[in-house]
Order: sequence, then C-alpha cells, then structure tokens
Amino acid sequence: MTETSSAPASAPVSASVFTPKSRVRAFFEAWPPLILLALAWIAAMLLLAAFGDLVAPADYMAMDLRARLAPPVGMGGDWAHPLGTDELGRDVLSRLIASIRISLTIAFLATLVSAVLGVSLGFLAAYFRGKAEQAILMLVDAQAAMPFMIIALAVLAFLGNSLTLFTLLMGFYGWERIARIARGLAIAAQEQGYASAARDLGASPWRVYGRHILPNIASTLLVSMTLNFPEVILLESGLSFLGLGVQPPETSLGAMVGYGRDYIQSAPWIMLAPSAAIVLTTLCISLIGDWLRDILDPTLS
Amino acid sequence: MSPDLASSEPLLTARGLARHYGVRLPGGLMGRRATLKAVDGIDFDLARGEILGLVGESGCGKSTTAKLVLGHVAPSAGEVRFDGAPVPVDHGGDWRRLRRRMQMIYQDPLGALDRRLPIAAQIAEPLQIHRPDLSRADRGARAAELMRAVGLRPDQAARYPHELSGGQRQRVVIARALALDPELLVCDEPVSALDVSVQAQVLNLLEDLRARTGFAALFISHDLKVVRQMADRVAVMYLGRIVEEGSPEEVLHRPLHPYTQALVSAAPSPHAGRRRARIVLRGDPPNPVEAPAGCSFHPRCPVAVARCRTERPPLLREGRRAVACHLAQAAGGGFAPAPLPSAAVSGAAA
Amino acid sequence: MVSYALSRIGRAAITLLLIVTAAFVILRLTGDPAIIILGPDAPPAAYEAFRRNWGLDEPILVQYLAYFGAVAEGDLGRSMRDGRDAIEVVGERIPLTLALTLPALAFNLALGLGAGVAAALNRNSWIDRAIMAVSVMGFTVPSFVMGLTLSLIFAVKLRWLPAGGAESWEHAILPVVTMGLIGAAIIARFTRSAMLEVLGQPYIRTASAKGVPWRRVILGHALPNAAIPTLTIIGFMVGSLVAGAVVVESIFSWPGVGRLLVSAVANRDLAVVQTILLLIGFTMVLANLAVDLAYGWIDPRLRAGRAAPAK
Repeated sequence: MTETSSAPASAPVSASVFTPKSRVRAFFEAWPPLILLALAWIAAMLLLAAFGDLVAPADYMAMDLRARLAPPVGMGGDWAHPLGTDELGRDVLSRLIASIRISLTIAFLATLVSAVLGVSLGFLAAYFRGKAEQAILMLVDAQAAMPFMIIALAVLAFLGNSLTLFTLLMGFYGWERIARIARGLAIAAQEQGYASAARDLGASPWRVYGRHILPNIASTLLVSMTLNFPEVILLESGLSFLGLGVQPPETSLGAMVGYGRDYIQSAPWIMLAPSAAIVLTTLCISLIGDWLRDILDPTLS
Repeated sequence: MSPDLASSEPLLTARGLARHYGVRLPGGLMGRRATLKAVDGIDFDLARGEILGLVGESGCGKSTTAKLVLGHVAPSAGEVRFDGAPVPVDHGGDWRRLRRRMQMIYQDPLGALDRRLPIAAQIAEPLQIHRPDLSRADRGARAAELMRAVGLRPDQAARYPHELSGGQRQRVVIARALALDPELLVCDEPVSALDVSVQAQVLNLLEDLRARTGFAALFISHDLKVVRQMADRVAVMYLGRIVEEGSPEEVLHRPLHPYTQALVSAAPSPHAGRRRARIVLRGDPPNPVEAPAGCSFHPRCPVAVARCRTERPPLLREGRRAVACHLAQAAGGGFAPAPLPSAAVSGAAA
Repeated sequence: MVSYALSRIGRAAITLLLIVTAAFVILRLTGDPAIIILGPDAPPAAYEAFRRNWGLDEPILVQYLAYFGAVAEGDLGRSMRDGRDAIEVVGERIPLTLALTLPALAFNLALGLGAGVAAALNRNSWIDRAIMAVSVMGFTVPSFVMGLTLSLIFAVKLRWLPAGGAESWEHAILPVVTMGLIGAAIIARFTRSAMLEVLGQPYIRTASAKGVPWRRVILGHALPNAAIPTLTIIGFMVGSLVAGAVVVESIFSWPGVGRLLVSAVANRDLAVVQTILLLIGFTMVLANLAVDLAYGWIDPRLRAGRAAPAK
C-alpha cells in the first residue's frame, strides 16, 4: 500500500525529466516510422484521387502538340509540365492523378465486391454445411486452381469490355480466400458458443450472422481485405498494361505504363512515374496490412 | 415453491426418446460401422414449475437429452412434447417462436456471451427478437429490472463480458434467459465452471428466481450435491438410460441401484461422521458405442448375477420411485411395470 | 495412401469438369457458338457442318455432352485469323512458352530456396533483413514494371541484351530473369517461414543437443522437413508463372502462348482463347495433382494412410 501512495508524489519529479522522451519513444513503438510513412503516402494518394483536379496543371486529356515528349523538371523540362508530357503532348502529372483516381477506385470497389461475395458464400457454407458447403468449397478450389489473370482474359474476350464489367470482374479476384476465411471463422464462432447461444434465444440466421458473428470476425476480414487491395491494383494494372483493361480515353496506372513503353528509349518518364506510383502504393498498403494483421489478429498467417 | 397443481397436464413429456449416432470404428475406410447410443429410450415428465435433476457421469447422455428437449437434434426414436405439442427440430420459424417459452443456461457463460456487445444489450436481445412491439425505452427498463433481479448493479450495464467475473457473467446469462419469462429452463451444468464459493450464490439466485417466476427446469449436473439443492426430483442416467428416479432425499439417502449407490458413496458427504464405505467401481468407464448386453452396468457392478448379463432390467415404478435393476426390484417387491403416473410425480416438491 | 490418391484424382477430375463446364457456359452466354468459333466470314456449309457436328439443334443437355465429346476429340474450332485448327495454332506456341517457363521455374526455385534457407539460418541478421526487404519487391513490383526496368537498363542503356524477339537464347535471358526474380521472392519468403518453423521443432533441438553436427542437423533433418510445406506452393508457382508468361511474353515480344492469348483476346479470336483456357486449366489441375500426390508420397503421415490434412 505504501508503494502505491508514494508513487503519485514522486511521479511529477521524474515526469519532468523523462516523460517527453518516453512519450516520443512510446509513440514510435505504437506507430513505427515506416508505417507512418506508408500511411502518409496512402493519405496523399487518397487526397490526390479526391482533390487532384485542384493540383493538376492541365486536363488529363488535353493535348499540347507543340510540347510533345517534353522532359520533366530535373531532366531539362520546365514547371509547365512538372513530370513532362507524353507522345500527344498530354501532361503526365495530370494523367498520373487521373490514373491514380481510377486505379484506386477500381481496386476499392473490387475489394468491396470480393469481400461481400466471399463473406456471403463463406457464411452460406458455414450455415448450411453438407452439400451446399461442398459445392461452395468446390468452387473455391476451382477458382484457386486457375490463375485469375487467365480467367479475366477469357471473360474479357467472350463478354467484351466496359468499365463497369471490368470493375465487377476485378471483384471476383480473391473472393475465394475471403470465403475460406469467413467460413472457417463462422464455423469456429458457432463452436465457441456465443453464436449458438444467440440462436438459442430465437435469433434468426440473419441476426446471428449479421449482428453477432460478423462484428466478431470483422477485424480479421478487414486485414485480409487490406491484403487483397494491392493485389487487385497489380492485376488491374497488368491487364490495363496489356491494353485489355481500362480503355482509352480513360486511363489507369497500368495503361499509362503500357502506352509509355513504346517511348521507353526517348521518353522513359512517361512510364516511370506511373510505375513508381504502382510500386509505392502496393508496397505501402502491404506494409499497413501486415502491420494491422500483427496488431489485430496474430493468428492469421 | 410448490408447482402448479391446478394443471395436471405436464409441461414436458419425453416418450421412448432415443438419439443414436452412426460412427465408424478406427481403421480408415475399412473401419466397422457402429452405433453410438447417446440416449437410448428414456421416458420422463416434467410438471409446470417442477425441477427435474439429471445426474450421471460425463458421456451418459445428459447433454444429448438437453439437446433433444430443446429441439437442437432430432430424436432417432420417440418424441418430446412441450405443452402437448411436439417440439420442432428444424430451427425454423416455429422453433424460434418456441424459444420465448424455453431457454437455456450454459456451462461456460463467457462462451455463451458475445464479447463485442455490452451486457445490457445482450440481456435485452431476446426482447428485441421476440417483442418488436416494445419501445427501446421499454426494453431498456426491462433490462435494468432483470439486472437488478439477478444482482447486477445498474452501472455495470455498459460493461463487456470479459470485464466481469465468472459468477457475474453467469448472472448475465440467467438474466438473458429469463427476459421473456420462459416456462422451461434447461440448465446444463450451470455452476460447474464456477468457483465453489460462487456456485452457492448462483444456485441461491436460481432458487430465488424460481420462487418468484415459477419456471420449470431440467437441471443437468454431475454433482449430486448441486442437484439435491435444486431439484424436486432426480433421475440418474447411465449409458443413455435412466436407471433410477425419485425424490432427491430418497435417491441420495436410500439409493436402490448399485450405480447410484456407487455415485452417492463417491460424493463428499457433509456429515463427516456418517461417512459410508466408499464403493469403488470396477472396470473401465462405459463406452456408449459398445454397450454390453443385458444390464449395461453389469461389467462394473459389484453385485451382478448371471441374469444381469443376459436380460436387460426394465425401469419399474413404485409410487414416486423407479429403478432398473433386477436385484433391487426383487428386494423391493412393489415395483410394477406401469406407465408414468404423471400426477403422482408432481407431489415431489413438498 | 491409395484412398488419399484416389480422392485427389477425384477432385482433380471434378475441377476439370468445372473448367470445361465454365467454358461451355461462357460460350453459350455469348450467342451462337458457330459464329463465335468459326467467325462471321466462314462459308455457310462450314456453319452447317459445325452445327451438325456439335448438335446445336439438340436440347441443351445433349449439346453439353456433345461439347465434352468435342473437347475430348480436340475439336475446339478454328482460329478466326487464318482458319487453321485452334489446337494447332496454340500447339505450335507451346514449346516457346516452355522454353521460358521451365528455366524460370528452375531459376526461381534455386534462388528462392537458397535465399529462404540463408535467411532462416541467419535469422534477424542483416542477411535475413536484406533478403526479406528485397523479397517484398516480389509482391509489390508488377512483372511488367520489373520487365521494363530490366529492359531499360540492360537493353536500352547498356545494350548488352536484345529487348525483344526470339531469335537466340540471348533473347530468353531477360524474360526468364523477370519471371524468375518475382517467383523467387515468393518462394524465399515461404521457405524462410517453413524453415524457421522446422528449426523451432523439438526434434531439431534434440538432435543438436545430442551433439549431432549442425551441418548434419540442417541437411539431414531440417531441410527435408521444410521441403514438405514448400512443395505445396509449387502448384501455385506454376499458376503465377503462367500468368507471368502472359505479361512477360508481351513485353519482350516472345511469340509464346501468352502473347497469343493477348492478341486473341484483343481480336476476340474465341476459338483460340477457349483452347488456351482449357490448356492452362488442364495444366494447372495436373500440376496441382502432381504436387498433391508427391506430397502424399513424401509425408509419412499420409503414406501411413491417414486422412489428408486440411490445406
């Protein structure tokens, strides 16, 4: 008891010396510098996607034929086109901002679609068990057995391309992993008792799954969604790079690299700026995802 | 305390109730198929307001009986009737509506609670499900009233399950189960996960609440002492069957079946001076997959005779007692193969 | 073991069935298969023959079965571009794709296993940190960025290697290295964690405590046991190599199946797309089956005939 009563008295003395430093240390232990940088980058990307038009020097489709293939600042260019221009004299920075917006939007919507799809099918499998579960697991296995890139190419070949269809198609990426996780967690939840206890109260399946199981497994699902997000960006940019994803006049990060590659010799900046944006964005989201996983859910491998 | 004698119709009846599971004995694909008889043909009645204790070792079919009563699993044979109607087993709309009238209390209260919801929300959840007519304020008031009734403080309403002690959590589960004034509570080992000091508090609370609200209960425990405090009538189960039944005092002080005698002798007695000689059971604990022929207790029975190995003793009744043992029936004399006298049963609480 | 193998073969067969069914459904969704497969400019007699051959006037279930028959006979329609059998068009590209993917697989196994084991054995040292930091790139650098960067450095700036084409073995270096580096990063991460897990097992600590030389502990006990989980991602690697080949062949103008697929999709040459889809599907299923069977053969727990572990 004497220890606890004496502690407050001595605390202010030591606090004046040590508190500022230890607070700083505690802050960086909770928020590693690398994670802060990653978060800052993602925040910058989101701000650019939302308000980029205010920063963009020009309209991303506007051509300036007198200033074709102008180099960026630092390679002999001027501030009229900070990142240079492309083969049609379009401002690379403005196109980059437009590309970031469309790539992030597609990745976000697609991740949402795949989460909804995966969670629904995972829950259906966990709820019905038996034959329905076997059928869903068979779909999961078949999807996992086939590289998604190939499926996507085949669908695009057969059904044609539009931005809506393309976004939806990206939404089919990764659903099988989320379904597997959701099913496993839901089955575990049922065995844990709170879910079956809720059922014993007379709760409908909607209520058991929506109000009890979903909030309990949300953090794990959130982590796997975060890890899905950069993969969707890579997939989308890969297809757009091949000219089979986002179609002109719209642009995306991958499409910019794809069209810039013809000028790799004369104007490498067209392709380097979007490449750097892809790599940094996926890297940052992966880092954040790993960090979230360590914090929220150490059991997820 | 006294059960509702005005209605002679029992609240719950089980007739020929059985639950068998197909299992495969070890040996991969070549393994032999076998049947696990978790519950193997039991009959009992439960009057309104009565508490029937179900005792036995783990694996004797107590918990399966609870699941059958609640309609969690379908019986392989026989049926359960609640208030005259068969209990549905499909988890559909009728099954869910019946939860207004029958609720359950679990062995592990922490597992049975949602760790993401404050306890007041969980106590009010049955009202939210079954009484959409109540306003939010009414539900809150009712939850507060329930918390008071089970001895939780109003300031604990916003707490989460992990912030409470084991006994407090079980109080939350009890409050939630009683939110809709159910007629039947199924309590599956409700205090066996709690500290001994807390056990008594929770049992006293249950007795209290029962006196106030008059619910009937199927009270499952391996602990004879607990059952004696709570139950009006005790049934002893062995390998999926009821082997003895009677008032707690009779069953505990004058056990007829050799298995009950062994159980009673193994239980710590409150009267140290009157300690009986302890009967140690021979042989392995029973395996419900390969139940022996004849009386299923005979391999471990200290007094078994030749007849026990070949002929299964029926559960015979004499008044409020019933026993399934050739020797006890021969000695007691009066046991007769009679149908369940459900009216006679309800006098047990006196 | 036999029942394990049978169940794996059964599952592979079901997956094949699903893939063929999916191809059939997608084909039917798009309209008249005769026009799709033969193209709009084929002579009417060809349509007639095609419809008769595939029984397009029969009920859908009969058509479905007929489709299986056609797939089994290798009748997958004709390429829109030059009217040749789609299976022939695809078939002549296969050796070129194998010429990239097989060396790439060897490359990423050698590099990935080596780096992963080195990282695990030097856990938390700068070697480990450096290998893991570089391997993050494998997850975040898309293959087209990797390929173009290598091309920019070694073909455009240094002029050491050709930037595209398939005239000599030198043309294969950049594509193989691009695919190999990305795969190696994934294998390195996986091998490292498999190895660390094995090194933490009691039998390893027992072996080293008994005085078995460390080299023998690693070679005799740790590596074989770490190889078992690593084997399971080979199937996944085949998939990522196939997907990688599509992009890498396009970057380096390598006339393999991947580049054919891209141009077939762009030109909507559906008979060719369908053929490649089925080809890759069959390859993937067979690769996964081979991995599963090898897994069952190596893992003594499965050899003893117990149930398969959940993947």
